[in-house]
Amino acid sequence: MDESEPQLLKQGAEARVYICKYLGRDTVIKERFQKKYRHPDLDVEIVKERIRNEARSILRCKFANIRTPALYLVDFERRKIYMEYLATNITVKDFIAKHGTANEHFEKIAKTIGETLRKLHDNNIVHGDLTTSNMLLIPKLQAGAEQIDPAWLAKGHVELVMIDFGLSYTDASIEDKGVDLYVLERALLSTHSNYEDLFAIILKAYVVSNPKGNANETIKRFEEVRARGRKRTMVG
Amino acid sequence: MVLAIGFEGSANKLGVGIVRDGQIIANCRRTYITPPGQGFLPRETAEHHQQKVHEVLKEALDQSGITPDQIDVICYTKGPGMGAPLMVCAIVARTLSLMWKKPLLGINHCIGHIEMGRLITNAYNPTVLYVSGGNTQIIAYDRRRYRIFGETIDIAVGNCLDRFARVLKLSNEPSPGYNIEQAAKRGKKYLPLPYCVKGMDVSFSGILSLMETKIDELLKTYTPDDLCYSLQETVFAMLVEITERAMAHCGSDEVLIVGGVGCNVRLQEMMGVMCKERDARVFATDERFCIDNGVMIAWAGALAYSSGTRMDFSESYITQRYRTDDVEVTWRD
Ligand SMILES: Nc1ncnc2c1ncn2[C@@H]1O[C@H](COP(=O)(O)OP(=O)(O)O)[C@@H](O)[C@H]1O
Ligand SMILES: [Mg+2]
Repeated sequence: MDESEPQLLKQGAEARVYICKYLGRDTVIKERFQKKYRHPDLDVEIVKERIRNEARSILRCKFANIRTPALYLVDFERRKIYMEYLATNITVKDFIAKHGTANEHFEKIAKTIGETLRKLHDNNIVHGDLTTSNMLLIPKLQAGAEQIDPAWLAKGHVELVMIDFGLSYTDASIEDKGVDLYVLERALLSTHSNYEDLFAIILKAYVVSNPKGNANETIKRFEEVRARGRKRTMVG
Repeated sequence: MVLAIGFEGSANKLGVGIVRDGQIIANCRRTYITPPGQGFLPRETAEHHQQKVHEVLKEALDQSGITPDQIDVICYTKGPGMGAPLMVCAIVARTLSLMWKKPLLGINHCIGHIEMGRLITNAYNPTVLYVSGGNTQIIAYDRRRYRIFGETIDIAVGNCLDRFARVLKLSNEPSPGYNIEQAAKRGKKYLPLPYCVKGMDVSFSGILSLMETKIDELLKTYTPDDLCYSLQETVFAMLVEITERAMAHCGSDEVLIVGGVGCNVRLQEMMGVMCKERDARVFATDERFCIDNGVMIAWAGALAYSSGTRMDFSESYITQRYRTDDVEVTWRD
């Protein structure tokens, strides 16, 4: 048998995530089950698009050298994506909640987030759902080491993995990138309001990480999107 | 025990409400209704409030059976909302505060909606979907603030519905949203519309501009009922989706729907289906409490007052922009 009986791992923001063995590998199956609250035509359209986005962006990331779970299989019919299971992980959200900014690796991780976003955007990939729930930290094998150090997290031997590309798109415009940053800023402000400089560190790393490219236009657009939000009238 | 009176007039409703120790003893309201195809403008709305405020106040005092000397605190909506109508209630509240020699408290309108919803439904620590003519926000409480996890990046959902009702020249009586809801029940044919979710944020301007520019063409193949139905199905699906995203992100299993659009039964029903799929519970209220009213201001004021919040008379201004997360929540842990 190719596939062992799947076990439910999590019910995420839009999908159920199962783990199983598929062709001998530890695999995550992300199933975008039918949402009965929405019109079936709309549901089918949305799910098709999300699966397509997720698969396409994971492949794009691979070419751009951005770490995501490896893609194994796409099953449109059953609304499932099969991908690499990263068994040892902590979401950036949980990491910050547990270890806070006092952690000596905090700044390094924030910088990595900024650099990774810049890489995504330089490759015209917009994530579309940038929250700290959709960023995983996994152990990084150190040069010369045979296996993962059990104290990987405490020692800062981490690698950042972006997940959940359902709302992403490739061929992103400047506006899309600006909105992407805005969505992240707002998610950080609400989720990690006690770490005010988090977004500033990320944004700085975003700007400086590629001296060749030009992030000014995106930053300018991001500031415009933000200003629009502040100016919005709130009557009623 | 706190007895609070609240004045609300940030948009086209004028409300006076009285609460005693969490018991609603008066909830009186008038709505400024404009002709079909027209929205309400600040000056005319303020005039309406001015003309009605005495009779609504008198009605509220009669309904409650209290006398002014029993009141502990006078509350009014400080913002957000339209300047001129807000000003009417602020001035009335100030005058009464001097006349009756009672303390004055300016209240954030959005906080009023949230606390009203919690009072009526007994939801404990819900993810809040706040949907009205001027606001569309996903809110959750964390460390003394109601934090905004998601919101519209352009127009509010209620604004989208109201403006579409104007395109169709639907009546504004009792409200454009109510008439869209009734029409949608008769709709059958589903028109796919731009569906725009960005993380926990949404955008409605694309839908509205499509409807506004293509309306004549659309009416050749779809009835107005079909269009109302398609509009509701699309925008509500977006709202339910971002609510679910926020719940997953925050690990929450309760949803509270507040604000004028929140009394839409179809929205409540869709939210209920989503919640069932993830073992969560949905809480909502009816038009008496969902739609802008004075009780919500009185109750939020009573909570703030009991926990020690005071306001100096010199601070009794209004502000058209006043974010939900600007308020320190002194009455919750
Ligand atoms: N490849 C993976 N390896 C390990 N855990 C994963 C993987 N993909 C997802 N998860 C876990 O499942 C959760 C939900 O997955 P996600 O792709 O974000 O789906 P959703 O769109 O429903 O939020 C993640 O927050 C993470 O904890
Ligand atoms: Mg996710």
